[in-house]
Amino acid sequence: MSSAPLLQLLATQARLSDGELAERLDMTEEAVRAQREQWEREGLIVGYQAVVNEEYEHDNKVAAFIEVKMTPERDGGFDRLAMRISRFDEVSSCYLASGGFDLLVLVEGKSMRDIARFVAEKLSTLEGVLSTSTHFHLRTYKKNGCIFEAPAQTERLVVAP
Amino acid sequence: MNWQNKIAEQVGSIPRSGIREFFDLVTGRSDIISLGVGEPDFVTPWNIREAAIYSLEKGHTSYTSNYGLETLRRAIVKYVRGFFHVDYDPLNEVLVTVGVSEAIDLALRAVLNPGDEVLYHEPCYVSYAPSVRMAYGVATAVPTSKEDLFALNPAVLEAAITPRTKVLMLNFPTNPTGAVAPVETLQEIARICIKHDLIVLTDEIYSELRYDGKPHVSIAALPGMRERTLLLHGVSKAFAMTGFRLGYACGPEPLISAMMKIHQYSMLCAPITSQEATIEALENGTNAMLKMRESYRQRRDYLVKRLNEIGMDCHMPGGAFYVFPGISKFGLSSKEFATRLLMEEQVAAVPGTAFGESGEGFLRCCYATAYDQIKEACNRMERFVKTLS
Repeated sequence: MSSAPLLQLLATQARLSDGELAERLDMTEEAVRAQREQWEREGLIVGYQAVVNEEYEHDNKVAAFIEVKMTPERDGGFDRLAMRISRFDEVSSCYLASGGFDLLVLVEGKSMRDIARFVAEKLSTLEGVLSTSTHFHLRTYKKNGCIFEAPAQTERLVVAP
Repeated sequence: MNWQNKIAEQVGSIPRSGIREFFDLVTGRSDIISLGVGEPDFVTPWNIREAAIYSLEKGHTSYTSNYGLETLRRAIVKYVRGFFHVDYDPLNEVLVTVGVSEAIDLALRAVLNPGDEVLYHEPCYVSYAPSVRMAYGVATAVPTSKEDLFALNPAVLEAAITPRTKVLMLNFPTNPTGAVAPVETLQEIARICIKHDLIVLTDEIYSELRYDGKPHVSIAALPGMRERTLLLHGVSKAFAMTGFRLGYACGPEPLISAMMKIHQYSMLCAPITSQEATIEALENGTNAMLKMRESYRQRRDYLVKRLNEIGMDCHMPGGAFYVFPGISKFGLSSKEFATRLLMEEQVAAVPGTAFGESGEGFLRCCYATAYDQIKEACNRMERFVKTLS
């Protein structure tokens, strides 16, 4: 069978065990494990994470979206500098985008001061970074396909024709 | 007032729905895992809901043409052409109705004279026989069996035809058995219908929900059948839109125009909000539909496997979202089995007899329920059948 349904299930319900995945896709557990491990080795699957609603967290983390304009290099374009930026622990996501800026960098810290320091001392001092524009995160409504709202009560009939 | 003898005979004579009877047992209980529903467990895809909201926002709150919005009828014709490979004229061969149920009622009332006979394959959806009776027709069930995987056996069908037989009702994939009809069977049925000059009402409501990898073929698409077939479809099941109550009928102009006569004096038109949402569903709903279908397929495979392991003989249904396991070997009637399963293990599944006498010995389990719930229901059923053997 095609591997796409397996990848689809892993991408949305990664906590299912190999056995449970096999059960749903009518594959053997061994086939699921082999395919999953191959994807992990090849880097198609880079990790598994819980999607956390920060509203419920008590350590008051602060996050910001930073638009970064930069100069591409003669060899390698934006990649080398983008990777340098991505390697900072403070950076949780980093995307190259078309349009008015080049990189969209999501930065997390304990306080606004943390983020301000990161931008002023680390990010904007990197050679090749032309300018930054920082937008503080206020609230998340949807992340990685998950809507951040309490599940609705169903009023579905228990028995229906 | 004394209501004895005040209710019309053809209404009074209709027995209480078996589903309704069972429904009373479960009302008000929250500890039940239900495999008893007949609708998707998904909420309508957002783009479709959003189209309904936008329709209201724009102030589209009026009646529409009795036939339904012309833009919707054009969208229906395009969809039907693409999916069923049958072509209809949006101006006089399509009628938008309040669910397929209304379209069935209209069609039967439009063609039946008192005493005309209607054949339908059984087990089947609960409304067919009552609709026929309320239209003063005679409903004759043609039983189907597990040996034929509940697809209508053409020889049994032909044997049931009398000089008064006027209509054949079909529903593939079938509620409650999940049966699909092989093309060869449909061709044979078509030949019989042409030979005996029957009108065919084909309820295609589950046609998108097929998991056997074969393209769905409607009898309307077979040679010589378009002129005698009314193709009934809607968005309830495939697009998870049961509450929108939107169906449609495509067929020969004389039949559509007769149905339209009844529809204009009773329903007037389907709700405009639902009509506009349906345009979005038909034009941009396929991806969401395919995702839901894949999810149903996974759950079907699991449920069939588990039921067979438990010892409830279950064929692999080709479509819809029901499995129909046999339970006769446990020495209980369908109703006893379902009632005890509900009382002892709090799992609701509908006795096969709710869908006609030939459903005796079977149980309808719907797998449009969360995977974990299906799993837990299977564990409970396993425990239950162990107490029977």
